[in-house]
This record gives sequence, C-alpha cells and structure tokens, in this order.
Amino acid sequence: MKVRVDVMLKPGVLDPQGAAVREALGNMGFEGVREVRQGKVIELDLAEEDPDAARAQATEMAEKLLANLVIESYRVEI
Amino acid sequence: MKAAVLVFPGSNCDRDLKVALERAGADVSMVWHKDDRLPEGLDLVAVPGGFSFGDYLRCGAIAAHSPITASLRRHAARGGFVLGICNGFQVLTEAGLLPGALIRNAGLKFLCKDVALRVETAESAFTSGYDEGQQVAFPIAHHDGNYQIDAEGLAELRGEGRVALTYADNPNGSVDDIAGVLSENRRVLGLMPHPERAVDPVHGGTDGVAMFGALLGALEGA
Repeated sequence: MKVRVDVMLKPGVLDPQGAAVREALGNMGFEGVREVRQGKVIELDLAEEDPDAARAQATEMAEKLLANLVIESYRVEI
Repeated sequence: MKAAVLVFPGSNCDRDLKVALERAGADVSMVWHKDDRLPEGLDLVAVPGGFSFGDYLRCGAIAAHSPITASLRRHAARGGFVLGICNGFQVLTEAGLLPGALIRNAGLKFLCKDVALRVETAESAFTSGYDEGQQVAFPIAHHDGNYQIDAEGLAELRGEGRVALTYADNPNGSVDDIAGVLSENRRVLGLMPHPERAVDPVHGGTDGVAMFGALLGALEGA
C-alpha cells in the first residue's frame, strides 16, 4: 500500500530556504507571494494492505525518524 | 582516560578529534557505527563532525538511529560523558540526548571561518579550563548550524546555565546566539564550532586545547 508522509517546518520556525525561494519568485516577476514554506514529501510502499494499520505504521515512522518533532510537523495520507 | 570516537559513513573530523584527544592524554579507539557495542570502561564517547549519511533526510537523523547509537544512549544514561561536535551535535539533538534542533543557516550559505565565542559557563568538565565570559576562537564549518529551541526550552537552558558557548557575532541565526549546549547532568556537550581544529599552532589557534585538557583532567581525577 502506498502511503505519503508530508513533513513541514512548524509555523514560527524560520524557513531560510522558503524565504530564498520567495525572493527568487519575486525577482522572476511573480508578485504577491507573501510567504513560501518548503517541506518534504516522503512516499512509502508498505507491505501492509490494511489502511488503518498502514497509517499506524507510517505514523510511528514519522514520529521516530521521518520528522523531527522539535521543528517539524507531519501528515500521513493513504 | 578512555575515549571512543564514533565513525559514520561521511564522518570527516573523526581523525582530527582522535588526535586532539590523544594529545590531551586520552586512550582513543575508533568505533564503526555498525558495531553494536562500545568498548568496556569508556569515560567519553565523542561524536565527530562531517556529513554522516550525506545529511540525508536531516543532518544527523540517520546516524541517530545507527546500531551504535543505542550503546551511546546507554553510556549517556549511566552518566558517561559525551562530546558532539558539528555533525556530532546534530546527531545528539536528533537522538534526543540534547534539546533543540539545528536547521539551515539563516543566510543559506555554508560557513567556513574562525569565529569568536563567549564561554557562558565554566561549570562543566568541558569548559572548566576557561573563565566564564572568556572569549575564545574556534573554526566553524557548517551549513546547518542554526540552533532552534522553543521559548520554554530556552528559558530552561538559560535558567540552568546550560548554554555553554555563544557566538560573539551570530553567523547562522541561532536562537540567542547559541553555539553549544549542555545536558541536564552537564556531561553531554554539543557544539557547532570545532575545538579539535584549534589545538595546534598550525591550525591558526590553540584555544581548543583547554577544552580537551580540562576534560581529561576532570575524567582522570574522577
């Protein structure tokens, strides 16, 4: 079963890369971009076929490794 | 004093750290990350700088889950000393042995230069060779040295005198200019600057000597 984990910096944590991307977009003429936040998408292909169990597995993976909960939040999508 | 330097794929300051510890008088063994145990009777485990696992996922994240890290946790839990420098600091925060996290430098650039640091506390085996408030110069070489911690965590660090070193001129956006922090029992130190690159006149400075000397002195006496 394919599972997707989105990892984002928590609100309030400075995102220097997002800020640089915003700057570049402005330089390219894209106006009105107030903020850019850059995150990660992690795709998992799990042997587990039960959606609830797969979600539980992915959640544990996110908590233990895929996200650093000090600075990041995550979302699991089946 | 018996010390071990952990080596991960991508570590590149491991041998410098060994030399610095040996010059101070330590008996140093190198331990590969796939080993599942540390040598017996260790006083200090040192986690070196570099780019463990290519900084994949997050700096230090994969190394923090290497087989040897379970032994590192046990060593710390029983009151053993741990020193993490640069990527080693990142590994220690990722492993939960030190609070906070290190993210991309605010200016986005990889920074490689000597920086002036202020010793915030002399009350640790790592910093007792300095005076509180003393200014020292160590090199930095990092892309992700921007120390982040929430207000509550920062108040705790400050309240307990666990900020070991601060930057005189903040190069990377770190909260409160923090360059290095101590654990609650003051036996785990993580810092972004490289004391092991300041132990010989050819390095351009020798301010790091007092850190390794004090550490050895404290552990030999223990």
